[in-house]
Amino acid sequence: MHVELTHYMLLAAVLFSIGVLGVLTRKNLIVILMSVELMLNSVNLTFVSVARFRGDPMGQVLVFFVLCVAAAEVAVGLAILISIFRHRGTMNSDSVKLLKW
Amino acid sequence: METALFAILGLVAILAALLTITSPAPVASALYLVVTLFCVAGLYVLLAAPFVAAIQVIVYAGAVIVLILFVIMLLNLKPIEEHIPAGWKAGGIAVAVLILAAAFVSVMSGASSAVVTSQLPSEFGKVGDVGNALFAKYLYAFEVVSVLLLLAVIGAVALIRKQDAEETPDAR
Repeated sequence: MHVELTHYMLLAAVLFSIGVLGVLTRKNLIVILMSVELMLNSVNLTFVSVARFRGDPMGQVLVFFVLCVAAAEVAVGLAILISIFRHRGTMNSDSVKLLKW
Repeated sequence: METALFAILGLVAILAALLTITSPAPVASALYLVVTLFCVAGLYVLLAAPFVAAIQVIVYAGAVIVLILFVIMLLNLKPIEEHIPAGWKAGGIAVAVLILAAAFVSVMSGASSAVVTSQLPSEFGKVGDVGNALFAKYLYAFEVVSVLLLLAVIGAVALIRKQDAEETPDAR
């Protein structure tokens, strides 16, 4: 059996769903941030596998841009988490509900 | 060989991802996330993308996870009590399963018709190949991303600094 594009895409889909599950079912803000990282990673896996099976390096270039956005997101996200922790003394997402409906 | 590697790396990645989102301690979550990221880097090597794999290990498994671990340990974060209503949990699982099903259906119906090349140029995925595309065809996007990174650094520093000055005015 050969590993084909479909297999990589399905693996990426599973990883993405696990990330969605983490964002929806956890209250620890830092774990939510890590779940978002998981989702970004599965998208990168899709890009690289499509680049491999179509012979097009553009997918690999796109991974760099996604990676840069992810790094920026982590830096700003962690800064926001630190200020939340300083103000509320907790990482529970229930403590931050000013903008919640 | 390739199939076995794909199966092992994929299974470990999925298991570690599940442990990432289920373990109560944030430090354990971060360490399981490193395992997932390393497995994905291994899959990149299988996919003829050695340079992307190296960047994945350096930036993600290195810098990003170290940053997250630093924050967890500096703030001395302990597992918090998470009271999640059963209905909300079931809803989250339902949404995740729905997304998974939609992805499965679209992949199964669409991917098989995509153009598939089995013969790759020998340079494919190496530093020179990716660098040529990055600095020639996508130069403007590259510059915009560098501005984004600068803004992220400034934003992070500004977010942290401001409260220092307000909370401890006579500390220095």
